[in-house]
Amino acid sequence: MLFGLGATLLAGCTGDLSALDPAGPSAASIARLWWVMLAASALLFLLVMGLLFVAIMFPHFGRRISQRSWILAGGLALPIPILFALTFYAFWQGEYLLRGGGTEAEELVRVEALGTRWQWQFRYPDTAENPTTSGVLHIPAGRTVEVAVTSTDVIHSFWIPRLAGKIDAVPGHVTYLRLRADRPGRYGGQCAEYCGTGHAGMNFEVHAHAEEDYAAALGIEKAP
Amino acid sequence: MTDHHEKPTSPIALHHALDRIWGTKSGWGRLATVNHNVVGKRFMLTALIFFAIGGLLAMLIRTQLASSQSAFMDAEQYAQVFTMHGSVMMFLFAIPFFEGLTIYLLPKLLGTRDLAFPRLTAYGFWCYLFGGSILIIALIGGVAPNSGWFMYTPLSSDIYSPGINSDVWLLGITFVEISALSAAIEIMVTILKLRASGMSLDRMPIFAWYMLIVATMMLVGFPPLILGSILLETERAFGLPFFDPNRGGDPLLWQHLFWLFGHPEVYIIFLPAAGAISTILPVFAGTPLAGYRIIIAALVSTAFLSFGLWVHHMYAVGIPHVALSFFSAASALVAIPTAIQIFAWLATISHGRPRFSVPMLHIIGFFFVFVIGGLTGVMLAMVPFDWQAHDTHFVVAHLHYVLVGGFVFPMLAAAYYWLPHITGRQPVQHLSQAAFWMIFLGFNITFFMMHLTGLRGMPRRVFEYPPESGWEMLNFFSSLGSFVMTMGFALVALDFILLFRFGRPFRRNPWRAGTLEWAMPTPSPSYNFASLPVIDRRADMLDPDVLGPQLAAGKGLLGFPRDGRMELLAVDIVTGKPEHVVRLPRQSFMPLWTAIGTGFFFLSLLFKFYWVTPFALASVVFMFLLWSRDTAEKDDLGNLPIGNGQELPPHIEAERPPSWWAMVFALVADATAYISLLFGSLFLWISAPNWPPQDIGQIGLLGPAIAAVSLVLAAWSGRQASAGGGKGAVGWLSLTTVGHLIATTVFLWLALTALPSPRSHAAVASIFVVFIYAAMHSGLGAVFAGYGIWRVRSGFVSPRRNLDLRIGVLWHGFAAMVGLAAAGFPFVLASLTSEVSP
Repeated sequence: MLFGLGATLLAGCTGDLSALDPAGPSAASIARLWWVMLAASALLFLLVMGLLFVAIMFPHFGRRISQRSWILAGGLALPIPILFALTFYAFWQGEYLLRGGGTEAEELVRVEALGTRWQWQFRYPDTAENPTTSGVLHIPAGRTVEVAVTSTDVIHSFWIPRLAGKIDAVPGHVTYLRLRADRPGRYGGQCAEYCGTGHAGMNFEVHAHAEEDYAAALGIEKAP
Repeated sequence: MTDHHEKPTSPIALHHALDRIWGTKSGWGRLATVNHNVVGKRFMLTALIFFAIGGLLAMLIRTQLASSQSAFMDAEQYAQVFTMHGSVMMFLFAIPFFEGLTIYLLPKLLGTRDLAFPRLTAYGFWCYLFGGSILIIALIGGVAPNSGWFMYTPLSSDIYSPGINSDVWLLGITFVEISALSAAIEIMVTILKLRASGMSLDRMPIFAWYMLIVATMMLVGFPPLILGSILLETERAFGLPFFDPNRGGDPLLWQHLFWLFGHPEVYIIFLPAAGAISTILPVFAGTPLAGYRIIIAALVSTAFLSFGLWVHHMYAVGIPHVALSFFSAASALVAIPTAIQIFAWLATISHGRPRFSVPMLHIIGFFFVFVIGGLTGVMLAMVPFDWQAHDTHFVVAHLHYVLVGGFVFPMLAAAYYWLPHITGRQPVQHLSQAAFWMIFLGFNITFFMMHLTGLRGMPRRVFEYPPESGWEMLNFFSSLGSFVMTMGFALVALDFILLFRFGRPFRRNPWRAGTLEWAMPTPSPSYNFASLPVIDRRADMLDPDVLGPQLAAGKGLLGFPRDGRMELLAVDIVTGKPEHVVRLPRQSFMPLWTAIGTGFFFLSLLFKFYWVTPFALASVVFMFLLWSRDTAEKDDLGNLPIGNGQELPPHIEAERPPSWWAMVFALVADATAYISLLFGSLFLWISAPNWPPQDIGQIGLLGPAIAAVSLVLAAWSGRQASAGGGKGAVGWLSLTTVGHLIATTVFLWLALTALPSPRSHAAVASIFVVFIYAAMHSGLGAVFAGYGIWRVRSGFVSPRRNLDLRIGVLWHGFAAMVGLAAAGFPFVLASLTSEVSP
């Protein structure tokens, strides 16, 4: 039954906005963390419920272990190593994500995302014309992109689930998110922080282009 | 007159004599009752009505989301519905319900007759009822809050929410929080001072330990929220730009203040439920609770940790990763004390002979649901995972697993366990099992797959979603499950009604428990115990079947009426040795009138009738001062007999009576709010854009120096007045009054004349509010000193009866500290920004 459930889960993970259908190193790394944590949690859950079942149904069994041992084993010995390992791994992974899933040395492509009620606008300061697009973010595939996010009105949250985690757009602040699309394609993006009645419709699309098509997509003449 | 007590001859005569004093009067007199039995039940019933309203709102949400492009509600209606669902469930159901349960149970578990401040209990209830009603009326009127239950700015500020909606939340919830703060103070004092004779701290029933920790957390957890609400309301109403980034404010300040309250809040809701489990589970395991001491240690560490992990609600706002990792580690660590409790319960069950029963069924449901919620909680504590899951339906699923698992199931267990105590009847158990299974299955159908819905990308708070998103089937099942769950709750309601109507009466202690609440007749008499117990072991290992009849026969302490006054015993905090006799005030309409006055205060702010506000505030202060008429004594009473040949002084002649402690705790809450204000301003200096300000005014040294000197003088002379114990007190108190009045005038004058417009910049607004805060404290200090003069003049004070003055000393000292900090504050801010001088 568990296997069946697992298969259904896997099949049901795809989708334009699914964090479990990653298309870049950041989202892939987080999805991996999720599956590991899910497996460990399933084991821990079965352990606790199993112990509860045994304690109720077979009272003589649990009595062989002293109350003190029950508490020390389950309350300290069990969680501490797990939490220790998990917290350190997550810290290391967070540093990896801050680099955009790549190495520090790599040259970044910079774009700017501006959340307004209820539309996303994007600018491309690395390109000479610094064009503006609305509702569509163009990025080159296979390159690490640093998105500088801000807002002019209320708080929004910039989120492309298949590429990376989210970052808030806070008026008065600029926040940064690095991401990378492995392959050219279209990916869904949306606002994740409630920002008023238009919140549900505050979507955008990410078009990841092959390196050679990127400039054309921004409507820029290629240098001869 | 104080020796006027005759020992009634029979238990029945004793019952009638005590009930005449403690019992609720009929007719309009019901509104005057202050008895914890009645008020506790009113709290719980009101909370259940709000639970039904919140549940109805949840049904609307699930109906809307069952299909992708539902036309059932539009975006604005949906916003009001989800905001109110969260706000009602958190502020009007969860907290008040456990407050009600605690108000009802705590004195019984501790072996006393009432809480420390019965009139405050009643006042808290009226504030809760009136404040909650404001929110519900706004909902019916279509102007309910609509920015989400955590009210993030700038969405909730006047530019983006120009209507009355946000004001309803800020003012209504603050009104309700008065009841939470008063309950916190009352619960702490009751647990520390009003226990059975011989009940030392390490003999307390474990529920009292839980509630002592919870009340302490409430005492420091709520002030940041109340302060934040006040600041946001001043921004909305008067344009003080605390959260406006264009004028030196910062939306993140609101998030810090809100979650500094909001995360401890989760444990504030969970721990009372865990306390109920730690009380109920050992009874059905047939063995005392395992790990009593380590559980207490776990509770204390939960309390500390819970104030160090609020930022895990803010991983995505752009805080540096190294800082986040501290909060991530703290969030992971808090799982350990919870694991300790879970395994202490498992250890208890495994060393006992478990019996099955309806409460036990709900406890098993709790284990199942709460463990899942705890595990997803650890997942969300991990920064990378949270960056994906934050603000999605994964979080919605997680928080419902934690709150329904960690609160609703334990409270259902508690309801089935203690309803026999309230009604005197045992359940018939035809519906109980079916109701449990419907709630349990319905809940899991609703929320289990919602984890996946969230990870597949569905954000919170969307009223529609694209059909091609692949979320529709998952949502449809969630909606289906929610209706099954609702029917389960309807069955529980029916089950309770049948219990009241057809339940089987029982003699005593139906569950064979070992705690004191069963050592009394059920339904419980208004005075709980006809005479007060003396305890010689841990208070969950007693025998109510032996103890009950003895106490009813008057063989304990204070087993007689005296002067028609409600009396109980106060004990030494640590040892539980009786210290003095607390003579409670009589029943009174004053709590109701004071709450109505408080209501006028909030309504005047809500409807912007600002000219009414000062009168409403003054009337509230005046009415609170009137409360003290009831407890006053014109003569020294000396020692009073308490039975069994012992004698103790009355509380007004005691060194550290409950009211003295209450003032200490109230000042702790006050100080927390003030420190939040000062640090909030410093946070703006660090974080907010558009700093430093152009101009923070010409304050100069003279004004702050005068204020500081006069406040130190006021505090010192207030101390002299109390030390002299009546003799010469009038002179000293007059000096205190003058000192306070000078300081009040200086602070008001500085706030109104020496500063540029507080609308210009958040730095100026901070200084302005700090000055007003100080002015209000010294202003109240003047009132209290003047009140002290009146009490001395009227003969209510003697060297033995100088409690009024000693409580005043605490206030005068605190007001002086607030004033000194306020006097120095502009200079600190100026030196930090360094480009302008005050």
